Amino acid sequence: MEAILAVLTDQPVIICNGFPSREAFKLADRPTHFYMIGSMGVAPAIALGVALSKPNKKVVVFDGDGNVLMGMGTLATVGALKPPNFVHVVFDNEVYGSTGNQPTLSRIVRLEQVAKAAGYVNVEQVREREDLVYEFKDMLAKDGPSFLLVKVTEQAEDVDRVLLEPPEVTQRFKKAIESP
Amino acid sequence: MIESDDFVQALQDIGFNFFTGVPDSILGGIIATLMERRLYTPAVREDEAVAMAAGAYMAGKIPAVLMQNSGLGTSLNTLVSLNLIYQQPCLLIISWRGFQGKDAPEHLVMGQTMTQLLDTVRIPHRTFSEPTAVEDLKWTAETFMKQRIPVALLLKKGVVKGLQP
Repeated sequence: MEAILAVLTDQPVIICNGFPSREAFKLADRPTHFYMIGSMGVAPAIALGVALSKPNKKVVVFDGDGNVLMGMGTLATVGALKPPNFVHVVFDNEVYGSTGNQPTLSRIVRLEQVAKAAGYVNVEQVREREDLVYEFKDMLAKDGPSFLLVKVTEQAEDVDRVLLEPPEVTQRFKKAIESP
Repeated sequence: MIESDDFVQALQDIGFNFFTGVPDSILGGIIATLMERRLYTPAVREDEAVAMAAGAYMAGKIPAVLMQNSGLGTSLNTLVSLNLIYQQPCLLIISWRGFQGKDAPEHLVMGQTMTQLLDTVRIPHRTFSEPTAVEDLKWTAETFMKQRIPVALLLKKGVVKGLQP
């Protein structure tokens, strides 16, 4: 995550609940980050609402495998509506990391194939840091929707909760992406 | 009976400019009008729809979500752990299936308990009717702006014209 946070500047980023939000908050807190703490499964739906309303901004989603499996229908909505300014990054550790590393189905179900079948235009799977940065930069530059599956190892790193009140996250993000 | 065209126009006049949702027969006329006006983004589930509304709100839009009341069950967790606590307002236009027990069996429990459910999770609601239409919409706009949380307008069958004349 650190590697692609370094590539981003002022793009809106919707970050799913659990470790992804905590990690992004710790690594590089920015007003253009929307950190989720609940409502598992709907990060890409929030991002879709932003992407359709702000067609001139590339909207990025940091998602997880458990999240994608829970809200899999949204892959169809994104694939059908085809917003060109939509980059969906899924950190796939094949477990529910925040609740004790119980296995998810992503070690059996190929999420990148689901995204492809749903109609995402660019779909890639990476394991190495340099491939990740290369593919992510490429997806930021071209029309999407794009889906980047990042296979990662389970992390048990201790990361604090996001130290912002939810309404503050909303208002800060809203203001940060105000320009057309 | 109110024409769906007039209903949609009234919503646009008070500022609503992003519409999503999942269809219901009672809402068929409204959705058809929204589609004609190219204002409607279809969702596959109601939790997805309220989350899209949250994103649209943060991107400067004034969103409304259409759903059958069964969708209230589907979207409840997102409504309470996203829209409500993050203070992301949206208008929920909810069709009241199972009103007074006159509907198919799957609608009866939700039809009977919907208003209590909305009260329990503290979503302000009001039942839309033709004689009170102007006040209902005024209440909607005021509550939306003041509380910055989802508000619900409940629509019984036959209040706004459906697809069949």
